Amino acid sequence: MDRDADLRVTDFKEVDLGLSREEAVAEAKRCIQCKKPKCISGCPVGIDIPAFIRAIADEKFQDAVDIIKKDNMLPAVCGRVCPQETQCQGVCVLGIKDTPIAIGQLERFVADIERKKGAKCPKCAPATGKKIAVVGSGPAGLACAAELARRGHSVTIFESLHEAGGVLMYGIPAFRMPKDIVQYEINQVKKLGVEIKTNHIVGRSVSVQELLSYSAVFLGTGAGLPYFMGIQGENLPGVYSANEFLTRVNLMGANKFPENDTPVKVGKKVVVVGGGNVAMDAARVARRMGAEVTLMYRRGEADMPARLDEVRHAKEEGVFFMTATNPIAILGENNAVSGVKAVKMELGTPGDDGRCSFYPVEGSEFAVEADVVIEAIGQGPNPLLLRMLPELTRNRNGSVAVNCLGETSIEKVYAGGDVATGAATVILAMGTAKEAAVAIDKKLRT
Amino acid sequence: MGNYTIVQARALSEAVFEMWIHAPQVARHAKAGQFCIIHADGAGERVPLTISATKGDDIRIAFMAVGTTTKLLATLKTGDELRDVAGPLGMPSDIAEGSETVIIVGGGVGVACTPILAQAAKDAGNYVIGIIGARNRDLLIFEDDMRAICDELYVTTDDGSYGIKGFASGPLKDLCESGRKIDKVWIIGPGMMMKVTSEVTRPFGIKTYVSLNPVMVDGTGMCGSCRVTVGGEMKFACVDGPEFDAHEVDWNDLMTRQRMYLSEEKQSMEYREEHHECRCRKVE
Ligand SMILES: Cc1cc2nc3c(=O)[nH]c(=O)nc-3n(C[C@H](O)[C@H](O)[C@H](O)COP(=O)(O)OP(=O)(O)OC[C@H]3O[C@@H](n4cnc5c(N)ncnc54)[C@H](O)[C@@H]3O)c2cc1C
Ligand SMILES: Cc1cc2nc3c(=O)[nH]c(=O)nc-3n(C[C@H](O)[C@H](O)[C@H](O)COP(=O)(O)OP(=O)(O)OC[C@H]3O[C@@H](n4cnc5c(N)ncnc54)[C@H](O)[C@@H]3O)c2cc1C
Ligand code: SF4
Ligand code: SF4
Ligand code: FES
Repeated sequence: MDRDADLRVTDFKEVDLGLSREEAVAEAKRCIQCKKPKCISGCPVGIDIPAFIRAIADEKFQDAVDIIKKDNMLPAVCGRVCPQETQCQGVCVLGIKDTPIAIGQLERFVADIERKKGAKCPKCAPATGKKIAVVGSGPAGLACAAELARRGHSVTIFESLHEAGGVLMYGIPAFRMPKDIVQYEINQVKKLGVEIKTNHIVGRSVSVQELLSYSAVFLGTGAGLPYFMGIQGENLPGVYSANEFLTRVNLMGANKFPENDTPVKVGKKVVVVGGGNVAMDAARVARRMGAEVTLMYRRGEADMPARLDEVRHAKEEGVFFMTATNPIAILGENNAVSGVKAVKMELGTPGDDGRCSFYPVEGSEFAVEADVVIEAIGQGPNPLLLRMLPELTRNRNGSVAVNCLGETSIEKVYAGGDVATGAATVILAMGTAKEAAVAIDKKLRT
Repeated sequence: MGNYTIVQARALSEAVFEMWIHAPQVARHAKAGQFCIIHADGAGERVPLTISATKGDDIRIAFMAVGTTTKLLATLKTGDELRDVAGPLGMPSDIAEGSETVIIVGGGVGVACTPILAQAAKDAGNYVIGIIGARNRDLLIFEDDMRAICDELYVTTDDGSYGIKGFASGPLKDLCESGRKIDKVWIIGPGMMMKVTSEVTRPFGIKTYVSLNPVMVDGTGMCGSCRVTVGGEMKFACVDGPEFDAHEVDWNDLMTRQRMYLSEEKQSMEYREEHHECRCRKVE
């Protein structure tokens, strides 16, 4: 259940309050327990969905969590942020005629119950004496570390920021992903014996030589490098990458400036460029800080890569959607942003990927007033460490090339998550990381 | 509060402070030209400061108390702790092994960055000329360090209270015009000083580096706050720099972006002055 939009735009508390016990059990009973469950194939980590739903229907909530945790270490996170409509719920058979089962909500429901009563710590296999280095503490790094620790290895995570969690901490805002839940999940990983060293930038505070002295290395450095549009006026004060804007607020607490020292500019009118989750998050944060927000996206609303819930929530919260519009310059006055010059786009027929092609309409230029512009047009792998590993083979888009085991072109160096797949999802990051962990374990045992 | 102990803190002048901090992972890897990010406490900002020397597992920083964070740091004493110190960040200075003649110019608090650079250039076998300047004698820092390292040292003060009267650009110009072979010049100081001083070397075609100081957040290439224009291209100072070819820098761009938070900086300081108990601010 969502909190009322008028109320929630005034704070950073969680928007979706989740299901009550009665609602959860009733929803679970709606599942027809398919013989060949489509939903499982829709989940990137293949959770036994019908089994955990049946456990909920039988009110055996702990059993349900145990089933989920066999495949997914962070159910409280994934239940909240997975794009379920294109994954598990998108293929649920009930969705053909009726509403699909709210699988994400059920997953989150049992995870929240377990957290409130305190989860028991899973047992680790006997110590192998092997030391493994994990770079980055986002979902990929955490999932890989947890899996390896359970298999008896000694794991150290290096994280460059002062908090662990990656995008879960600095990117996704608290009203969507409460930070105490992220911290709780990270503590669960620590309880397995994983050591997390924050303020350790691999390639700088830890040399490549030191890194390669470990028995195996997992790169989970994400896709944190923000792209800029390359248009005029981009360096004006008041222009942010979504990463910077969100980091200032989520990690540094700029929404509480001057109580916290880090400032952020919002002004009266904000233009956010983009149509993904990142753009929605930036827009919704700006709304909560009192701005009028316009979201500019070059294609149509149906083409937006953001989760459906995010689009709906943003609209309910009063974000104005300006689709089929592309910025061509950022306008300035007295060294500050004054507006955005944009052009209307004509949408063509959908291509093979189902998304519309688009081209600018001649003579359709117009200007929108703005004090702040936030660009959320995508991001690539952070080059800091990768530059120091020139032997690492990269894909055309710059991501690290891996095989199906997560192996890179350098011996004993594995990679997973956004750095290998390109900017994707939390669950995919965890899925690829876990595969790499299994491969590392196997290699170290032979 | 934190994990990084201040092993020694002292004032170098009325406004400039020096601090030795225990930060092994930074100290063991730091090279000339690199910086660290300090996050004093949970409510604090992450601020970039140049690593001005290292000794074993400790690093030295020197900073001018100009705003909320640096004024807070100035109140800390030996034995206090900082929540986070991350680094070393940025690319090391482009120091060549061999017998180049290099000039290292420091202005104001920028002098803090010169000893580590001069030492590195010296260790690599170069002939090192130092020029350090300040507004007046009281504000001059690290003269002894520089005198011990450099083959030649020139000291300037704007008001003539010590050394040569005038700006650091004076001796630099004389050296360029003297016809001596000069291979590289580093200029480190406030934006305006670097902009003006680097014009001295331009007509002589001498490779000149400046260390840029845009506003930063993460210092690892993740936010783009530190973007600067160099040679017409967008660069992130924290990973591509902070040192860049002085003659390619778009100074206007840099200085405009540096002033982005002027009103917030003032507001923050006023707030801090009203809330003196700030040292026990909670981590959240
Ligand atoms: C604003 C935003 C909203 C999103 N919303 C959703 C959503 O709703 N649902 C969804 O499924 N996905 C969402 N995503 C995508 C999802 O967050 C990512 O796919 C996922 O976090 C990738 O995980 P990762 O572990 O690969 O990388 P990250 O989470 O990026 O973590 C990488 C970590 O590595 C660290 N690091 C990098 N380089 C180094 C180094 N050299 N040394 C040490 N540490 C280093 C970084 O500091 C970071 O902490 C969103 C992303 C953003 C930015
Ligand atoms: C790579 C690098 C190395 C630096 N080395 C030194 C040094 O050795 N000694 C020193 O005294 N100063 C150094 N600086 C500048 C120093 O970071 C700022 O003086 C400091 O952040 C001011 O913080 P404040 O809260 O005290 O002041 P504020 O009131 O926040 O700001 C005062 C001034 O500092 C600038 N500033 C504010 N926040 C930042 C930030 N996060 N990053 C960069 N600049 C900011 C503002 O543009 C303003 O001009 C360096 C900056 C960079 C980028
Ligand atoms: S992890 Fe994500 S995709 Fe898999 S079942 Fe849970 S919500 Fe669905
Ligand atoms: S596809 Fe839907 S109805 Fe069938 S088992 Fe999965 S959740 Fe239940
Ligand atoms: S400080 Fe964030 S990218 Fe440089």
